[in-house]
Amino acid sequence: MPDTNTTEYTATEIMTIEAARRLKNGTVCFVGIGMPSAAANLARLTHAPDVVLIYESGTIGAKPDVLPLSIGDGELAEHADTVVSIPEIFRYWLQGGRVDVGFLGAAQVDRFGNINTTVIGGDYAKPKVRLPGAGGAPEIASNAKETWIIIKQGKRSFVPKLDFMTSVGHLEGGDSRAKSGARGKGPTAVITDLGILTPDPVTRELTLTALHPGVTVEQARANTGWDLKVAERLGATQAPTAKELEVLRDLQARTAKAHGTVSSE
Amino acid sequence: MEEMNKHMPLAEAVARHVKDGQTVALEGFTHLIPFAAAHEIIRQGRRDLTLIRMTPDIIYDQMIGMGCAKALQFSWGGNPGVGSIHRFRDAIENSWPLPLAIQEHSHADMAGRYQAGASGLPFSVLRGYVGSDLPKHNANIRSITCPFTGEKLAATPAINPDVTIIHAQKADRAGNVLINGIVGIQKEAVLAAKAAIATVEEVVDDLEAPMNACLLPHWVLGAVCHVPNGAHPSYAHGYYGRDNAFCKAWDAISRERETFRAWMEKHVMGTKDHAEFMKSIGVAPAKAANQ
Repeated sequence: MPDTNTTEYTATEIMTIEAARRLKNGTVCFVGIGMPSAAANLARLTHAPDVVLIYESGTIGAKPDVLPLSIGDGELAEHADTVVSIPEIFRYWLQGGRVDVGFLGAAQVDRFGNINTTVIGGDYAKPKVRLPGAGGAPEIASNAKETWIIIKQGKRSFVPKLDFMTSVGHLEGGDSRAKSGARGKGPTAVITDLGILTPDPVTRELTLTALHPGVTVEQARANTGWDLKVAERLGATQAPTAKELEVLRDLQARTAKAHGTVSSE
Repeated sequence: MEEMNKHMPLAEAVARHVKDGQTVALEGFTHLIPFAAAHEIIRQGRRDLTLIRMTPDIIYDQMIGMGCAKALQFSWGGNPGVGSIHRFRDAIENSWPLPLAIQEHSHADMAGRYQAGASGLPFSVLRGYVGSDLPKHNANIRSITCPFTGEKLAATPAINPDVTIIHAQKADRAGNVLINGIVGIQKEAVLAAKAAIATVEEVVDDLEAPMNACLLPHWVLGAVCHVPNGAHPSYAHGYYGRDNAFCKAWDAISRERETFRAWMEKHVMGTKDHAEFMKSIGVAPAKAANQ
């Protein structure tokens, strides 16, 4: 019997924990900063001690004791198997096809798992909101064997049309990604604070396949900017175990202490 | 002493090597960001620079907000783990204090462009930008067909800055420079440039460099400047940690034009060098690790 949890947990916690559960021991994961990094390290500290975490700062086999605030914190280098240059990480390790899972965040996703991290509103030259931009994502999304996206679900983040297409998902659906020259399977899961979406095997449209405990289909629909497809056999994720919550909260507390304030994650 | 000729004060190195209108790269991927050098460029009032940097974070927020730049080439512009860089956004969204022409790439691409520049090649090839809108807004992201396989790949021009500036842990008396930890793109950025300046935490008799260390020989550098804490609020592995509290505080300092200008006037324009700057912001200088 798995140990069951009776304590309260937040939507962010179950999103992080459910994402962590998917990461298998030994997987080579190219980790984005923020929520992907929290989930990947939770996996490493629980069921997947030999997961290989790669950060774009050039740290391979990173084992941070606290979550990094930036993608290049010394904490990542300190315990890494090796530290390589930026060209090396992107050429040999990413474009060379060594990455199993590219784990990304996003500001917006569309129904095919395409990602925007560049601008919101207005146009590119005169945006309403200028976001940080691409970083490593376009090549992670098109070179990893598969990608996962972790993002809070809402009408502003789950949009019918991206304001800008930064990084490729399933493009226009169907076989359009396969024909585009992008490698890998593309997004195989979108993990949100409401549940899990996976692409339809044929159309590649993101389909709600599981809900977190207590979340309804209506909630998921209300927080999606398009007519959300729902799987006929809708699954349910398991509530966090006491152990998962303990490890995650310890990690967040250590991180907050190290960074001098309460973590926003 | 002839071997000392690369060593000079930072103010002299900037005056000698950085001119208005040039293309300038200050590199360091979160680690070893050359803040002291950026402040000196701001103090000396350089204008119309085309700035290049993979991650324009607080350092370029300061330079852009103080009116040093007319253009920026980059791949990720933010305050890592905190949010937006407000002066960068104000320049793009409202042309304040000046319009900023942006040329936007991805990290993999910027890294390849520096490599091409360091290699004496005119362009870089990568498996990149598939499906992305970036090529629609950046005429320098083009494609090329592989003459052997027929594959379509992205192609972008080499970066060859007029000046690259980096910060490192150590230099020896001759001006050979050693970088430890996250080495980022600094080696490529230096070798791609027409001139390069390195600021260092300490100057030692013997670098004691491991055989495969990231070492830049003195003869590829135009100037080496001894500037302890020269990366603050970034960090120097083995010397001091990243000042995360400052990086978070920058959000409020820089959000409004007035508070930003006041802060820069007081702590950067109002100080003569980096040692005074550190005193002004009230951060105790780190002791060199080996002392």
